[in-house]
Amino acid sequence: MSSVNGVSGGQMGGGGGGQAAASLWERVRAATPSRVGLGRRGDSLPTSALLDLREAHAVARDAIHLPLDVERLRAEAMACPELAGLGEPLLVRSRAIDRSAYLRRPDLGRRLDLACRIGEVFPGSASSGSASSGTESRGSGSSAADSSGSESSGSEFSDGDAGAGASLPGLAIVIADGLSTAAVAAHGVPMAQALVAELSADFRLAPLTIAGQARVAIGDEIGAALGVDEVIVLIGERPGLSVSDSLGGYLTHSPQVGRRDSERNCVSNIRPGGLSYRVAAATLARLARGAMELGRSGVTLKDTGGQIETMSRAELPPA
Amino acid sequence: MRYSGLAGGHRYSFDSLAVLMGAATPARSGDELAGCAAASAAERAAAQRALAEVPLGRFLDEDVIDRDTDDVTRLILAGHDPKAFEPVSTMSVGQFRDWLLSVSARPDGAAVLAALKWGLTPEMVAAVSKLMTVGDMIAVSSAIDVVTSFRSTVGLPGTLATRLQPNDPTDDPAGVAAVCIDGLLMGSGDAVVGVNPASDNPRTVHQLLDLLDEIRTGAQIPTQTCVLTHVTTTIDLIEAGAPVDLVFQSIAGTQAANEGFGVTIEMLREAEQAAHELHRGTVGDNVMYFETGQGSALSADAHHGVGGVPVDQQTLEARAYGLAREFSPLILNTVVGFIGPEYLYDGRQIIRAGIEDNFCGRLLGVPMGVDVCYTNHAEADADDMSTLLTLLVAARTGYVICVPGTDDIMLGYQSLSFHDVLTARRVAGLRPAPEFDAWLSQVGLLDESGRVRESVTPASLSALAARSLAA
Repeated sequence: MSSVNGVSGGQMGGGGGGQAAASLWERVRAATPSRVGLGRRGDSLPTSALLDLREAHAVARDAIHLPLDVERLRAEAMACPELAGLGEPLLVRSRAIDRSAYLRRPDLGRRLDLACRIGEVFPGSASSGSASSGTESRGSGSSAADSSGSESSGSEFSDGDAGAGASLPGLAIVIADGLSTAAVAAHGVPMAQALVAELSADFRLAPLTIAGQARVAIGDEIGAALGVDEVIVLIGERPGLSVSDSLGGYLTHSPQVGRRDSERNCVSNIRPGGLSYRVAAATLARLARGAMELGRSGVTLKDTGGQIETMSRAELPPA
Repeated sequence: MRYSGLAGGHRYSFDSLAVLMGAATPARSGDELAGCAAASAAERAAAQRALAEVPLGRFLDEDVIDRDTDDVTRLILAGHDPKAFEPVSTMSVGQFRDWLLSVSARPDGAAVLAALKWGLTPEMVAAVSKLMTVGDMIAVSSAIDVVTSFRSTVGLPGTLATRLQPNDPTDDPAGVAAVCIDGLLMGSGDAVVGVNPASDNPRTVHQLLDLLDEIRTGAQIPTQTCVLTHVTTTIDLIEAGAPVDLVFQSIAGTQAANEGFGVTIEMLREAEQAAHELHRGTVGDNVMYFETGQGSALSADAHHGVGGVPVDQQTLEARAYGLAREFSPLILNTVVGFIGPEYLYDGRQIIRAGIEDNFCGRLLGVPMGVDVCYTNHAEADADDMSTLLTLLVAARTGYVICVPGTDDIMLGYQSLSFHDVLTARRVAGLRPAPEFDAWLSQVGLLDESGRVRESVTPASLSALAARSLAA
């Protein structure tokens, strides 16, 4: 190829070019995970690059739309001794009746379906629990009436030592499908397991809750109903083209309906190849302990021991 | 004031202009979420009939967002030019639609519409768009000239410019440089080379500004660069001597939503003045870059109008353009499909919104561009983006955003590829911004027909690779 005006020849997209150009494209591709140097057919993408994009979009779409297999997740949790020790998982769903409603109405995904009633696990704990009755005012005795036996089992969930455990703060772990059922199916249970290992010395842990068509804020209502001091929501993050199974973890202190996103702390990109379960769990546990000391979670709570992101103003929450 | 309209044998009434505007808006998920959408298709049709009867002058008397509590409304009203308004001052919204379509078909359409822009308020423009089809809006948008410049000129007839968006998940300089090389070799970057930083840390932003400036000066590219961080950070960095071409800020159509972004009108004035004083432009001095998007006010719970009623997202978006034009921006783009399906549910809604935004902005004299984009949780795909790009080219949008292979790995959404714009320019017979076009030609990247060559690397970009990328 000829050289014009200081231009050197080279085939874009690999194959057949001069050595300098080939090495340029090798270096460009090595410098970024972006889809650079794809080559051209006319002015358009080569077939292989187009099919790669379609595949990535398809995988992301499936991660969002394939339904969460709640029964399988429950069974998986029960097969895990740490999680089985917390008792039978609570299965709940939001007020969004299906995926379309979930995507259109974030407000519905933040609230528990009225049919899903959770009783207090820790009556008398610092934050006074309330029934999951939404905005309607119900009798003050409703939470106890709805506890369906969980009151007596509360001590069973306190890490095996009822006497010592009773003085510990209560914490609930919620696995919510969010925008990636694939992330929850792949990482929900092992991440919850890693969290239990990090938290059980310092907290009385409520039974695991599994929430369908749920956004982060559903943890506020669940946490309030369980009467816990803190809630950690593990939730599927919005799939991108390159990663569709990333899990986020959100800590909220003193959960109650109406908490703002700025009152939470977030650890994102939990997945193999991203943030490992162990590091994510250790970080969330540090935050949970820090929030107990500070008396609140959110932008004023900083983690100095690891990777922490509080939600920035410009950033939309992943779910 | 109370309005009413007939449809399907029923009379529907609407308590205020704000309520009427919401009910008259073509269906979209964000208005349903906000609670201002028509309850039925017939109610929407009735609202559009009622809106068509509203005199344009009414918009100067009845606020959608209360002027007593909202500085954007006050700015809009203060900027209204009664003399420019005169040609249309006695028209209703429906008559205004007819007039716009007639004028746009005339040879002097561009001049007539340019003279009108300060006579129109965003609410008038939003109202007329609600009565229009996509085709109507293209007919009018394409008759309007909006031309701005800094080192390149954006918006000239026969051109389509691009923002090259070399985002990197870790703000890695080599990653940013690699995407710049990829994009420049495909003729992209004539409106701006603009990075969304992953970090808001001023040091990181400063490093990225230095990197982009070094790329631009090293290859002598007649364009402008930008790191899209908060306006206050940019003001500080200007004081610190960073090479700032354009000041970026996300803005919205209400004072409360702008407060959510942490921005005030005063801050924007300060930033514009600080950037002007740097005198970095060569062919022009438009120094501001804004991004907007339908739904941004709602997402900040800052979408309430007179009487506390929710206001439709398209009217609020047009008001953001009313704010923007006070600062003579070089470019403004709506991030139309970015904000998610709770605001624009599917490809159909995204496409209509993109055409509306381009129309409203251009009619108000704003140098519009569009981030033609979608997220994976929207009911949209690359076909919808091809459609929207093709329509926007017909509607003469000034520029679009481009990333490698449609995949923005930092923001996790899909925009247009560099390839998409090569195709759009060739099919429509459009060229890049003239200064950039001349540069592409000078470095040997254009063939005789003006098409970007496939297999050449200018020495300046080889040198950039040698400096910035590991061997």
